[in-house]
Amino acid sequence: MTNPSVMDRIGPAWRAAAGTDMSRRRFIKLTGASGLAIGLVSAGAAGAATPKAGAAKLKPGQQPGAFVHIDPKGVVTIQINRLEFGQGSHTGLARILADELDADWNSVRAELAPAGEAYKDPAFGLQMTGGSNSIQNSFTQYRELGARARAMLIEAAARKWKVDAATVRTRAGQLIAADGRSAGYGEMSEAAMALPVPASVTLKKSSEFRLIGKPANRLDSADKSTGRQTFGIDMRRPGMKTVLIARPPHFGGTVAGFDAAQAQAVKGVDSAMQVELDRGATGVAVVADGFWPAHMGREKLKVQWKAPAELADSRKLDQQFGALRGRDGLPARAGDLSGMAGAKKTIKADFRFPFLAHAPMEPLNAVIEMSGTGDGRRCDIWTGTQFQTIDQVTVAKVLQLKPQQVNIHTMFAGGGFGRRATPTADYLADTARVMKAWLAAGRSEPLKVVWTREDDIRGGYYRPLTLHRAEIGLGDDGRIAAWKHTIVSPSILKGTPFEAFLVKDGVDATAVEGVADTAYDLPIAVSVHHPAVNVPMLWWRSVGHTHSAFVMETLIDRIAREAGRDPVALRRDLLKKHPRHLAALDLAVRKSGYGTKSLPAGRAWGTAVHESFRSVVAHVVELSIEDEAPKLHRVTSAIHCNLAVNPRSVEAQIEGAVLMAIGTTIDGSEITLRDGVVEQSNFDSYAMPRMPDMPPVDVHIVPSGDPPTGVGEPGLPPLAPAMANAIFAITGKPVEALPIRL
Amino acid sequence: MANFKVNGRSVKADVDDSTPLLWVLRDSLNLTGTKYGCGVAQCGACTVHLDGQPVRSCVTPVADVEGASVVTIEQIGSGRIGQAVQKAWVEKDVPQCGYCQSGQVMSAVALLRDNATPGDADIDEAMEGNICRCGTYGRIRAAIKAAAANLN
Ligand code: FES
Ligand code: FES
Repeated sequence: MTNPSVMDRIGPAWRAAAGTDMSRRRFIKLTGASGLAIGLVSAGAAGAATPKAGAAKLKPGQQPGAFVHIDPKGVVTIQINRLEFGQGSHTGLARILADELDADWNSVRAELAPAGEAYKDPAFGLQMTGGSNSIQNSFTQYRELGARARAMLIEAAARKWKVDAATVRTRAGQLIAADGRSAGYGEMSEAAMALPVPASVTLKKSSEFRLIGKPANRLDSADKSTGRQTFGIDMRRPGMKTVLIARPPHFGGTVAGFDAAQAQAVKGVDSAMQVELDRGATGVAVVADGFWPAHMGREKLKVQWKAPAELADSRKLDQQFGALRGRDGLPARAGDLSGMAGAKKTIKADFRFPFLAHAPMEPLNAVIEMSGTGDGRRCDIWTGTQFQTIDQVTVAKVLQLKPQQVNIHTMFAGGGFGRRATPTADYLADTARVMKAWLAAGRSEPLKVVWTREDDIRGGYYRPLTLHRAEIGLGDDGRIAAWKHTIVSPSILKGTPFEAFLVKDGVDATAVEGVADTAYDLPIAVSVHHPAVNVPMLWWRSVGHTHSAFVMETLIDRIAREAGRDPVALRRDLLKKHPRHLAALDLAVRKSGYGTKSLPAGRAWGTAVHESFRSVVAHVVELSIEDEAPKLHRVTSAIHCNLAVNPRSVEAQIEGAVLMAIGTTIDGSEITLRDGVVEQSNFDSYAMPRMPDMPPVDVHIVPSGDPPTGVGEPGLPPLAPAMANAIFAITGKPVEALPIRL
Repeated sequence: MANFKVNGRSVKADVDDSTPLLWVLRDSLNLTGTKYGCGVAQCGACTVHLDGQPVRSCVTPVADVEGASVVTIEQIGSGRIGQAVQKAWVEKDVPQCGYCQSGQVMSAVALLRDNATPGDADIDEAMEGNICRCGTYGRIRAAIKAAAANLN
């Protein structure tokens, strides 16, 4: 492993700081359920996880710590400790557990687990879905659980049949004795439940995998093709009202006064109330019977806003950032630049990457409901979130509850791309603040807080505006003599709970990843400026790699041209010590026909390779320029993600990442601000890639049996630079900004 | 007040005439398979069939559907084309997050109703109004072709 994702650094540090030692978790039985149910709890919380005798039978999702439940009919229900928002972990983790359990795949169901101690990421000590870590970090955990459940079933059968457990085999949900007697897992589930959970088990050899490594369709394909899949936005509770929030036009703005008379005259509007919001802002919540009256009511609201002192403006930010990149910033990587003086040629390049909104297809939303009194007071929230336990703590604080009194029910989410992992828990804290105001008004009905698309596009938490400058000196022989690199990118982590682990000596690791830790063997020195800007910013699918890969990979092609080298050959030279890079690059190159196939006139090849989230992806594109815009004809991709748990899902993630990356290149894919106001508001002003923008994508996977690495994000970073390299090959003019304007 | 049919059932919507059909389906009738993505006819997530034609329900005032017949994702699978499309969707493992897919299926069914053998350009044209943020376009294209082949 050459450059571990910065996300990988969070885990140990967070765990230590939070005092959670995930290794002290133990496997337990959950006696409230019929059949067999086992799970994990942290050592200290074991008591809480065991329901009292005679207690109502609970479903696994209602029990803290349950992971797998086999009912007497043989239905296997697996709890997924991650959000499912398209990436496929819901199916992938279920298959991992089911393989070790040797379950019949047709009997397997998967559910998303609620917020709970047991469901924290075993490496991070934080319940989260991000950093392409779901499969990487839970691979062994899910195998261990499956293997234990299987061992208990075998032991139960052996005792019943009075044979040696070593002679009992399993096959797809069946227990089979040497003499041919057999029983389904369901039949043996109650007997297995009477046995202790084994302290240790032997996991399968990879040659024994029946499901892992084999392509499979998603468990949720049918529900998602027929409208049956329920998302957070579809949740409803008895008596529930719908809330839209009028937010200030400037980040951190406040309400100076408002008149709700006309809003309240709208049929279906219940009331309007001033509420506190994220980042010290205030706004007005319109409560109504359904979305449309809430929307109409919000339109009719008259609010006088007070702007904050600092108003971000794109033109001024470009100037400010531009001036900064002429100066050395905080050192992010030391390098020997002595070769610059004697350089025969120099390349000087300035790059710009805009603010980007995540724009998941399902706008943000949450349903909140209060119940009980005194110690029995509880708050239930139904939402699609990547950060359940951070949300839980934040909501509890707003409502003055203990975290255990807040139940976060994880709903399927219509995309997220990082937007649902906010260290401030912004949209859930706002939901709780609305509930607080609602309670203060003497009301108690459940509320659904919904964001419109306009709220989403204008709501901040963008990928930061980022500038780079590179000065590269080349020697006589075309060798790279020195490389001075300056990055200007606001820190997304300063002021968050992650600052302590990911901001070192002032350097936010997410701003320099992909450059400071480049796999290329280079004499490179990197420094960074983190200007403060009054715009909320956040990670966006593949984080810093969204810009760093573009810069590095286009510069390699420019160096190759100056040196008269083939860009693929130059990469191979500079990556000699990185076999996974070479394997991915070589596979994509070979499958694409680069170097062997000739292209129709007007088309050019473009190649890029980049490591992120511990995986390496190479793309080779065929591109031409039509109507003054780049047109992709084909993308050939190769990924080295070690063992591909579900190759079909890996392909889907690469296809999706390719499309999202294409999205960053198209005109109109940019958030800009004028005097503090975001200038875009919906898909008519913030452009999305559409069907005609999608080229054929062929995905190839480097075969490997090593423990899985990330898949959701690594396909994104190298695509835009591969396009830019093809454009450079055609026009001779380097591309130095996204979106691409020719 | 508007009277119309949804999935073969007569319904009365006691809402303001300006209310988009989308919110009548989702909030009044609890037919939540039809999705909200933009509210301004830009994304196609809310696509339903109105007297057999695909429309964006987010910009269709309920007053305009008086007396009409609406079919949603909840019912489209009962028809021959709808069934073939949904089957192809599952076989090609199209959905990722799935949020756009109700609208994608509705647009695809409308395309195949008009054109039994759509080529790439036909697919581009018919599906361009449906955004998929997850990037399932390639599989959608393959699934439409597979459904067409199955139907012919
Ligand atoms: S919600 Fe109707 S087109 Fe987007
Ligand atoms: S599957 Fe997620 S938006 Fe299409």
